Amino acid sequence: MIKESAADRIVKLSIYVLITLFALYCIVPFLMVISSSMTTETSLLRDGYGLWPKEFSLKAYELIFKDATIYKAYGVTLFVTIVGTALAMLVTCALAYPLSIKTLKYRNGINFYVYFTMLFHGGLVANYLLITKYLGMANSIWVLIIPALVSPWNMFLMRNFFKSIDESLAESAKIDGANDLYILFRIILPISLPAIATVGLFYALAFWNKWFEAMLYISKEDLFPLQYLIMRIMSNVEFANTISSKVNIPGFATPTYTTRLATTVVTIGPIIFLYPFLQKYFVKGLMVGAVKG
Amino acid sequence: MREAALQKTGSKAAGQQKKDSFFSELHKNGLLYLLTLPGLLVVFIFSYLPIGGIVIAFQDFNPRLGLFKSEFVGLKNFSFFFESSDTIKVMVNTLFLNTLFIGIGTLASVAIAIMLSELGGKWFKRITQTIVTLPYFLSWTVISMFIVALLSSENGFINKILGAFGIAEISFFNEAAYWPAILVLIKLWQGAGFGSIVYMATISGINPDIYESASIDGAGRWKKIRFITLPLLKPTIILMLLLAMGGIFYGDFGMIFAIVGRNPILYPTTDVIDTYVYRALMDLGDMSMAASVGVFQSMVGFILVLTANQMARKFSPDSALF
Repeated sequence: MIKESAADRIVKLSIYVLITLFALYCIVPFLMVISSSMTTETSLLRDGYGLWPKEFSLKAYELIFKDATIYKAYGVTLFVTIVGTALAMLVTCALAYPLSIKTLKYRNGINFYVYFTMLFHGGLVANYLLITKYLGMANSIWVLIIPALVSPWNMFLMRNFFKSIDESLAESAKIDGANDLYILFRIILPISLPAIATVGLFYALAFWNKWFEAMLYISKEDLFPLQYLIMRIMSNVEFANTISSKVNIPGFATPTYTTRLATTVVTIGPIIFLYPFLQKYFVKGLMVGAVKG
Repeated sequence: MREAALQKTGSKAAGQQKKDSFFSELHKNGLLYLLTLPGLLVVFIFSYLPIGGIVIAFQDFNPRLGLFKSEFVGLKNFSFFFESSDTIKVMVNTLFLNTLFIGIGTLASVAIAIMLSELGGKWFKRITQTIVTLPYFLSWTVISMFIVALLSSENGFINKILGAFGIAEISFFNEAAYWPAILVLIKLWQGAGFGSIVYMATISGINPDIYESASIDGAGRWKKIRFITLPLLKPTIILMLLLAMGGIFYGDFGMIFAIVGRNPILYPTTDVIDTYVYRALMDLGDMSMAASVGVFQSMVGFILVLTANQMARKFSPDSALF
């Protein structure tokens, strides 16, 4: 091994410093929001947002968990995420697998049919009209799920992964008399777990983070997903107050700000806890999918 | 093999043969085509049907009369849209902000990828990589909460820090001039770490022998980065830039709407085509005008993708998309 020169050590040191700084830049806002949600409203208004709660208090959390709003929104988001991801994976894999088979004659035509939607859109107005006027999907929880069942990007990721699987595997199963459905579900999918984890995570994330569709198409409060609830709480102080004022404590200032923050933390919680476990899968999965198909 | 067999039997007339091969293909791979059906349907309904809705841009659309009975007015909506001074401002903003996002974002992602792959320590590398990719997983509505906590004038985090150094409070939400910079910083925070994954994938695919022979020739860390890693990253960088270029005419609606929202003070620097269309649709209820802006945007976007791809073919054929 060649001994490190002084110049090399300087480069190495500056890399450590720079990456640490960027990591701090990424993590500080999280720490600030979490710690500020655990302080009292008066302290927040007086001392401002900080990295450490000056007067520790979980009042905001107590308040939001006493009210039904957050539970309903959580229910909507969980339903949309679980059902949406399961259906989307089913539809996406079913579309991607045939496209990965070289002997399928109309494969390229179908490829282009899907790819074209990445190039050209009808635009917001046409989508809005289609969904509200012609499909009548407004104020239905399915408006958050069905239009998002196929993401071309995710479909192509999945297809590229299927392509990387040795063809002889499917062929030998076919000789043994297995049909395509059996091959897909019993042979291909079980060995595609890294790709399923990756693409599944992307879908789950998209469903978990949906708010724009809710803003456009949903006006019933019972159907608000978490992310849109935050949007409402943000843009509408009264909405935050209705959550906290239902819990009546005389002489107690409604903790608008901390309620907002606590709701935010409750929303990002599951992602932060799940993410470190899934990270290694999707980094690997993305590397396979990034190979051009 | 079966295809060859089929071709041998095809001694019939050419037209007959074509028909035959279509049905025999369906017969042979029917189950596979059946599998694609749900996906094809979803794509058709939610991506192709709206393309037909482009007609609205050429109509004086009246929701009560609907798509088929509204009056046809030709290009009137488009001329209205091009005569408005807002439109030019909005287009300039979209292009300017996206150019900043793409340029600075790519630089940062490449830099992070190189730095992370230079790191030796396993746990340090894992922790930093986890932290820098984490923000990508938050929705823009959540991020907008973060931004308020950071930037609000009286008790915001940044102003508290500035205050500690004796610097006067800045009211960020009342000053449009700061926002291009703020938006770029937010975009970096959210996307740069995640964007580095694809570059890290490329770096990890580089043959280690190249680095080894370089160190035998006496190349230090910096030289190896400059003369091996960067040149080998070039095709990936070009591909990613091209992908981004196709979308340069689309503002990041989710980001800008969630963060800026309905704050007209900030419109001069932050209003992009998408937020403008949204307001035309929701606030003014002017569907035809909103649709004409949308059609224009789709057309330009389409042309940009095709141009970008042509350019890719010229520069580095490996980077072309199709």
